[in-house]
Amino acid sequence: MSRSCKAALLASAVGALLAWTAPALADGFANVGRPATPAEIKAWDIDVGPDFAGLPKGSGTVSRGMEIWEEKCASCHGTFGESNSVFNPLVGGTTAEDIKTGHVAALKRTDFPARTTFMKVATVSTLYDYIRRAMPWNAPKSLSDDDVYAVLAYLLNLAEIVPDDYTLTDATIRDVQKRMPNRDGMTTAHALWPGPDFPGMAAKPDTANAACMTNCKPKAELASQLPEHARGAHGNIAEQNRLIGPVRGQRTGPDTAAAEAPSPALALAEQSGCLSCHAVDTRVVGPSYSEIAARYRGKNSNETADALVSKVKAGGDGAWGAVPMPPQDDLSIDDAKTLVAWILSGAPQK
Amino acid sequence: MSNLRPTGEATPRTDPLVPGADISSADIRAGRLRRAPENFLTADDIRQVGKGRRDFLRSSFLAAAAATGAAALGGRAAIAATTVAGDGDPNILTPTPWGSSLGLPVAANPYGQPSKHERALVRRQSPGLTQVPAASVSFAPLQGLFGIITPSGLHFERHHQGWQDIDPTRHRLMVNGARPDFVKTPKVYTMDDIMRLPPVSRMHFIECGANTGMEWGNVAVPTVQYTHGMLSCSEFTGVPLRTLLEDCGADLKAAKFVLAEGGDGSSMTRTIPIELVLSGEVMVAYGQNGEMLRPENGYPLRLVVPGVQGVSWAKWLRRIEVGDRPYATKDEAVHYIDLMPDGQHRQYTSIQECKSVITSPSGGQTLLDKGYFTISGLAWSGRGAVKRVDVSTDGGMNWSQATLQTPVLSKCLTRFTLAWNWDGRPALLQSRATDETGFVQPAYGQLRAVRGTRSIYHNNAIQTWQVAESGDVNNVQIL
Repeated sequence: MSRSCKAALLASAVGALLAWTAPALADGFANVGRPATPAEIKAWDIDVGPDFAGLPKGSGTVSRGMEIWEEKCASCHGTFGESNSVFNPLVGGTTAEDIKTGHVAALKRTDFPARTTFMKVATVSTLYDYIRRAMPWNAPKSLSDDDVYAVLAYLLNLAEIVPDDYTLTDATIRDVQKRMPNRDGMTTAHALWPGPDFPGMAAKPDTANAACMTNCKPKAELASQLPEHARGAHGNIAEQNRLIGPVRGQRTGPDTAAAEAPSPALALAEQSGCLSCHAVDTRVVGPSYSEIAARYRGKNSNETADALVSKVKAGGDGAWGAVPMPPQDDLSIDDAKTLVAWILSGAPQK
Repeated sequence: MSNLRPTGEATPRTDPLVPGADISSADIRAGRLRRAPENFLTADDIRQVGKGRRDFLRSSFLAAAAATGAAALGGRAAIAATTVAGDGDPNILTPTPWGSSLGLPVAANPYGQPSKHERALVRRQSPGLTQVPAASVSFAPLQGLFGIITPSGLHFERHHQGWQDIDPTRHRLMVNGARPDFVKTPKVYTMDDIMRLPPVSRMHFIECGANTGMEWGNVAVPTVQYTHGMLSCSEFTGVPLRTLLEDCGADLKAAKFVLAEGGDGSSMTRTIPIELVLSGEVMVAYGQNGEMLRPENGYPLRLVVPGVQGVSWAKWLRRIEVGDRPYATKDEAVHYIDLMPDGQHRQYTSIQECKSVITSPSGGQTLLDKGYFTISGLAWSGRGAVKRVDVSTDGGMNWSQATLQTPVLSKCLTRFTLAWNWDGRPALLQSRATDETGFVQPAYGQLRAVRGTRSIYHNNAIQTWQVAESGDVNNVQIL
């Protein structure tokens, strides 16, 4: 067979292989995944959209909401949803005028101290959806659909959007939407979404710096610096940087490493060469210190300690296997006592 | 800070880093970090050490460490220091403990841990930022990281209702439609199913939309860990979401948006741009840096939405819904909305625009000495690959083009470097990234001119680190 014939056959074989494998892939991924049952979809598909798609039927009153609130919500959010001790405040900062205009006026003020949930949220569906899926904080999804209506009714009452005797239902929630204080407070006129899917989306980013390289401005003026009192607010930065390399961290607070200094006995063990053959938790050549502590636990401590000090000094074999422990002539009796006491106490690292 | 630099009498010596240089006069100049052990050993002491008095050295530096705080993390910093006195460096002339003893056995740490000497580099919280640690942030220690991959244990954390360690055998992913006609066969996948599908592995950055959010109005925090540490980068392994949607028979023409939902307590939801699903970029990921995702990062399954802020990368992913309108979920209607000066909030802001930051040297650090340094930092863009990075040492008056380390990948961190000889005078370090769309990272003044100072989210302004004559590096802002 000629070389060109071989090449042609090879090419057709490759072509046939591709032609053969492609239909198999076109069949999809056989036996991967299975159809979801209607009950499964119902259990998990709990999202409620801004058009109220997915909103369950139900209702709840402001007064019922207050009962649930005081039992399950007030401890974190405060009695009136105003607390900022655990989370940011939910209620406050909106006015009757905002309910008319659909824009929360306080959001234009740079001196306004907080931004509450009701100052920001444009869609009441968001609140129903989120309370149902995520609240209470420590027992999410434990509220019934009606309880969610009731809690939301109470919140809307705190925000002075609905009256005290209001009943929130899957029907009346549409009226509430028309009274949300910041309902027209959102804009999609920006370029931070990767498609043209929203009204007014900008085609270009809103900043346009240029890559100037030389003499770009006459001088560099500092607009802001870290206040001196804030330098230590994040602990000792020296302990947040590596011990080696071209830089060190600045010392901005007390050393915590001193408090975590290793046990002097551990240092003594290292200095005396004990750790060549022993480790605290792992058998190396000799037994681990944990093993030794375990063997002598509950025995007369003074006798045990004295016997072990002698063994450490004189060395020996047989107690833990065939490898002998050499005599420790350079180790003082006092150091040996320190080490033995430390080993019998479990060889703590600190 | 001044107490980091001992004020003892300068001892003439030769700097081993600069052959032949006599730096005795330079020792007393501010900005020089004098290195142990000469901080606390006299020449006599050092000669004794040179004769083999090992235990003497130990007790000396332990005492000195306690006294000066210079070796803040223990005596080992002092051991590693450089000195040439007497016959030479005791670290060479006398046996080291590690060079004269038996080491630990294999599998002493079945899952390996960093050296104990690296314990400074950990995730940390910013005091006062949040009221509750289960709805909070921990920041990655960018000041000590190399290259572009974030070690999985140092990946920043942002949890909205605490983190869970989900039993992977009981985890399920459901794909369904907002209307029945959007998905022909709504399906349930086990992890077995998902891990059978053809995998892809890709490196991407993830940045919280609120990264650098504390700095919108003024300098607020001291170090790059807190200014920029809600940023990480991993190799993710998983299945393109598009593959799953096609497997379920989703109507990809009717689909305009996708909802992603977590399986944790908050079952957090976000509207995902269909453009990034159709492009194949959005992944359902189970792998992170060669192993499974960490629980804090969504084990066993999370969404990866390259270029988009981290809140969209739903962790513990349990459900995908195909829809035709956005969902106005809590984290796109109450939080993660950007307040503009006119009182309107920008909604559905998602892309993390081109940004960069110098990580070494950076805020809270002190330069060891004057002379040679490598300025090193990270650049990234949610719109694609980084094209170039420029670095200024004079606060933006003049710039030099930095070197980009390979790989330079789309929607991935890129490491840049620039050689720098610090002459000991004050400097203002900045970096400015440009991405493949031609977008140039803005200065603070430019960003505030359009967005004010109350946006919280999407602060991609040029960061400035001020280098003082002392060598201290501090966080400042230039408009």
